[in-house]
Amino acid sequence: MRALDYVRASSVEQAVASHSKSPSASFLAGGTTLLDLVKLDVMPADQVIDVNHLSLKQIEVQKDGSVRIGALVTNTALAQHDYIVEHYPVLSQALLSGATTQLRNKATTAGNVMQRVRCNYFRDGHSACNKRQPGSGCAAIDGHNRSVHAVLGTSEQCIATHPSDMCVAMAAIGAKVQMQGAKGSRSIDFLDFHLLPGTTPWKEHALLDDELITHIVLDAPLAGSQSGYLKLRDRASYQFALASSAVIVQMDGDTVREVRIAMGGVGTKPWRAVEAERSLKGAKLTPQNIEKAAALALQGARPYRHNAYKIALGQQAIVRNLSTLSA
Amino acid sequence: MTDQPETNPNESDLKPFTAPSRRNFLKSIGVTSLAAATAPIWTQALEAQAAVADDTDPPAADERRMTLKVNGQTHALNLPANAALLDVLRDRLQLTGTKKGCDHGQCGACTVHVNGTAINSCLSLAAMHEGDEITTIEGLAKDGKLHPVQEAFWEHDAYQCGYCTSGQIMSAVAMLKDPHIGKDDHSVREAMSGNICRCGAYKNILTAIQSARIKLQEVS
Repeated sequence: MRALDYVRASSVEQAVASHSKSPSASFLAGGTTLLDLVKLDVMPADQVIDVNHLSLKQIEVQKDGSVRIGALVTNTALAQHDYIVEHYPVLSQALLSGATTQLRNKATTAGNVMQRVRCNYFRDGHSACNKRQPGSGCAAIDGHNRSVHAVLGTSEQCIATHPSDMCVAMAAIGAKVQMQGAKGSRSIDFLDFHLLPGTTPWKEHALLDDELITHIVLDAPLAGSQSGYLKLRDRASYQFALASSAVIVQMDGDTVREVRIAMGGVGTKPWRAVEAERSLKGAKLTPQNIEKAAALALQGARPYRHNAYKIALGQQAIVRNLSTLSA
Repeated sequence: MTDQPETNPNESDLKPFTAPSRRNFLKSIGVTSLAAATAPIWTQALEAQAAVADDTDPPAADERRMTLKVNGQTHALNLPANAALLDVLRDRLQLTGTKKGCDHGQCGACTVHVNGTAINSCLSLAAMHEGDEITTIEGLAKDGKLHPVQEAFWEHDAYQCGYCTSGQIMSAVAMLKDPHIGKDDHSVREAMSGNICRCGAYKNILTAIQSARIKLQEVS
């Protein structure tokens, strides 16, 4: 591993100040992405600021039912938390479908939001990759693009999928990302946090250089709703999604009052299927309506050489998830 | 129960400390074979760890002074800031039972416990773990007796080459204490999916874990 300086932060302010002094530093939480990529020399950090000792490990249920999750809450702790299991099953299921026990024990909530893509051309350290080396091109567009490459939200510069399962559930639930920088704290909508690759694929999120995510605040759960996460992948465990869906449905008799649909494995960011949701509101959950919504969710998808199957698979991830919830 | 056929009852009388395969087994679980001695070899591994002297010189320019607590023993060492916990355990503390497989958090061979929780030690810097209680495979045996999960792996032949075994055992020990993880075979397979066995000994690993679960219930 490359040589690096290590700084242990004892407060958010100190962590931010350290980063301001050393712009090429990286905040270190679980380390499951950062240290992996430092070893591969893909993330050339010369200093890590260890934030593990900040008091950001609480899960707080607020009066309106929303939940404020500290940035350092581990994926395991969040998935197992009683309130999350009861009121946001989609989130607990998504977390438990990701990675492995040991990795979830280390990985944090904010770190999961910040995880990097799994595209081999990004990770190999030498292929053309605009994320790793802006302007070098994208080897994936004409390369092996079957498993971790998107059909939605791609550009001529990058087609890598966002790898997180947790973020797909959060995109469906609705959330705010709270962050703190040298100039103070701010909060933005979760759906605005991750950026499409466009012409700047190296710019993956809305954080400014010295900003640290401090909390994720989930919207209050929809009363009486049902939710679930369905992940389709090459093997039954410990594998990134080829396609996944996070679905939350709130019924009013036999019609849909409110529905949220988000997808993983098919988009360059956690993908909210707004058109699909709109088509279902006020409708009955018939097989025809569900299939129509699924088709709308993948409308405008652009297949690449090896991943055209994801259009059908993404639709089926929605169809099966919604059908199971409404059965 | 598991789908593993029951072992021959005539062979179930395990003789843990005298069986002729002991030496090979111990090597397979990663305990350093230092010398023939009367004490169980896993005790010797802890003695080798205890014999590691603290660094007395001030740290060099590219080092930090770190205090690490491993298997109940405290060590003051001068280590580079980029030293991975895994490498410090193996190269400085002589605890070579913890294995380096992929070195990227994908195989689980390096699994250790930090404050009782299983983690990949390859994806941790040692510096992150000052003040933590670290336990390696060598620290599982108590009072000269192997942990019930170690005994179960032995009894059920839950390995072939043995390289992944210490990681498998560390994951299994943590999993069996976790009330959130189901007791059925499917839940065990899912919870253990971060430990890859290239020999494919999964069937016996599962059997060993489920058998250890029963033993642990009897103990408690």
